[in-house]
Amino acid sequence: MAVNVIVEKCKGCGKCVKNCPFDAITMEGEGKNKKAVIGMGCTNCGQCAENCPFDAIEKTEETVHNVDITLFHGVWVFAEQRDGALMGVSIELLGEGRKLANEIGTELCAILCGENVDGLVDELFAYGADKVYYANAPELKSYTTDAYTKVIYTSILKYKPEIVLLGATHIGRDLGPSLAVKCGTGLTADCTKLEIDPTDKKLMQTRPAFGGNLMATIVCPSHRPQMSTVRPGVMQKAEYVKGKKGELITLDVSFKENDIRQKVLEIVKNVGEVVSLTDADIIVSGGAGLGGPDGFKLLKQLADKLGGTIASSRACVDAGWIDHSYQVGQTGTTVKPKIYFACGISGAIQHLAGMQNSDYIVAINKNEAAPIFEVADYGIVGDLYKVIPAIIEALG
Amino acid sequence: MKIIVCAKQVPDTNEVKIDPVKGTLIRDGVPSILNPDDANALEAALAVKDANPGTTVSVISMGPPQACTMLHECLAMGADDAYLLSSRAFGGADTCATSTTIAAGIKKIADYDIIFAGRQAIDGDTAQVGPQVAQRLGLPVVTYVQKVREFKKGSVVVERQLEDGYEVIEVKTPCVLTCVKELNTPRYMTISGIIKACEETQVTIWNENDVNLPPEQCGLKASPTQVMKSFTPAPKGKGEMLSGSITEMATTLIAKLNEKHVL
Repeated sequence: MAVNVIVEKCKGCGKCVKNCPFDAITMEGEGKNKKAVIGMGCTNCGQCAENCPFDAIEKTEETVHNVDITLFHGVWVFAEQRDGALMGVSIELLGEGRKLANEIGTELCAILCGENVDGLVDELFAYGADKVYYANAPELKSYTTDAYTKVIYTSILKYKPEIVLLGATHIGRDLGPSLAVKCGTGLTADCTKLEIDPTDKKLMQTRPAFGGNLMATIVCPSHRPQMSTVRPGVMQKAEYVKGKKGELITLDVSFKENDIRQKVLEIVKNVGEVVSLTDADIIVSGGAGLGGPDGFKLLKQLADKLGGTIASSRACVDAGWIDHSYQVGQTGTTVKPKIYFACGISGAIQHLAGMQNSDYIVAINKNEAAPIFEVADYGIVGDLYKVIPAIIEALG
Repeated sequence: MKIIVCAKQVPDTNEVKIDPVKGTLIRDGVPSILNPDDANALEAALAVKDANPGTTVSVISMGPPQACTMLHECLAMGADDAYLLSSRAFGGADTCATSTTIAAGIKKIADYDIIFAGRQAIDGDTAQVGPQVAQRLGLPVVTYVQKVREFKKGSVVVERQLEDGYEVIEVKTPCVLTCVKELNTPRYMTISGIIKACEETQVTIWNENDVNLPPEQCGLKASPTQVMKSFTPAPKGKGEMLSGSITEMATTLIAKLNEKHVL
């Protein structure tokens, strides 16, 4: 697809320049001869075409056929395991992959790499995989880019899946790009929605861009496989059907010297409460309404109950109640958890800038006119010292 | 040592607002900045230079001519030279095509020991171009680098950030390392650096011919993925105010969050 200006229709109004999220359009020429020119920053998002009052911008299809896409069948899920345990996102992908496979009318497969993780094969069948491709080797015990890329690329080449889904974890986001280049295909990162186009069965991948201010639906029309990484926690987990069986295909794996150029010397797990706010699924955040540093102890109780972490507004950091590393907002960290509890936070614009892309915002504040309620999904007017214990209680 | 840093000029997405009536992006007055993770990549390179006199740091970017401003900033921070891949032919590139172009530019610079890149750019958040450049150059890659521990002969030991900890990885050089913000704190430009960047150092601009890329390997034509449509998410309406006693509100809240499958 390409975006073109139809010069005869362009009146030089400049509306497209203002609407372009990527600053890619300029006005060239003088006075009445001013015309829009699309520059190299263009990502073909089509915002300009949609907003042109004169229909002077068109988006056209451009077809490049590189591979025979009819040779590719099946939906593959990368079954990511760490220390022999399947990652939650892989189960979510099996749930989503099942839907996609049914809509296309094809099979759902999992590709599993590891060392002696045979037990996971049955688990993958139970979560709905029709086939499991299993690579078992000591070199695959811990993830390395080179080893995993080699094994999975070789299998893609041989078995030709039409779709490959990976979790957008630190591993999936490392493996995906390397695989895509090897396969000569495209990859759409951090998808939040996947659909099958009913007309031609191609995968429509929707993802946020621009810090979540813009959503884009991406297709990969003439290359295969169609590859996506999917944010953890977005899709529904597959149902576990005990005893369900499928076909196991054991992959031949062999490595030569220099095939693997990364060596994992050590894996260190965080201890205690060192949690990165950016990666937290649940954040319980406190503001001036806490009244003092001890308030964070209560927030911590709720956070621990939910497996989340605490955070704060700038007010608490300035007051010296908590370290700056916990601060959310314009001068702190930008967060996108699944749930953000704003407790005793009024909702200054600088704070909102750091958390308004959270999936769900719960606001607890004594003041019913607090601006935080404007962005909250659920609001509770009340004393946080009474409300939070009640929530902990309700969680059982 | 010779180090190459991949950088991108991006709009400061924190400053982007949505027009509440039309639901469109308001980009007026949004500044363009050096992508934050790329600033960490540059700082990592400059730290190596500080510790090893004789090291040179080259910065490479792809983008419109305006991106020279960002590259001058990199020079003022202490980079030795800067290259901008800029041409109409590069327009509409997805990450796949972008990595081809940047790899071609890096091949032309040649003789590098380490390539530092940011983990991801804040306008697209894909985290793809770094590892893809590595693949195209046939180099090993480590992404999410949060610490550079030690340079050895023929390898480097780094820490790779995981969701719940980190891995210590030894990787053969030359290699590509993509950096996260925990790696370091980027330095400021110095006055002398700014003067030097403005007066002495020029940004070298290359088009597809300069880096020996046929047009069909650039930009839109070389992009497997295409944007079918884009839209601004429906503005978040005011949510629901819960009512009842505190216990009732707490119970309702948990029930509603359970319904949405977020708990």
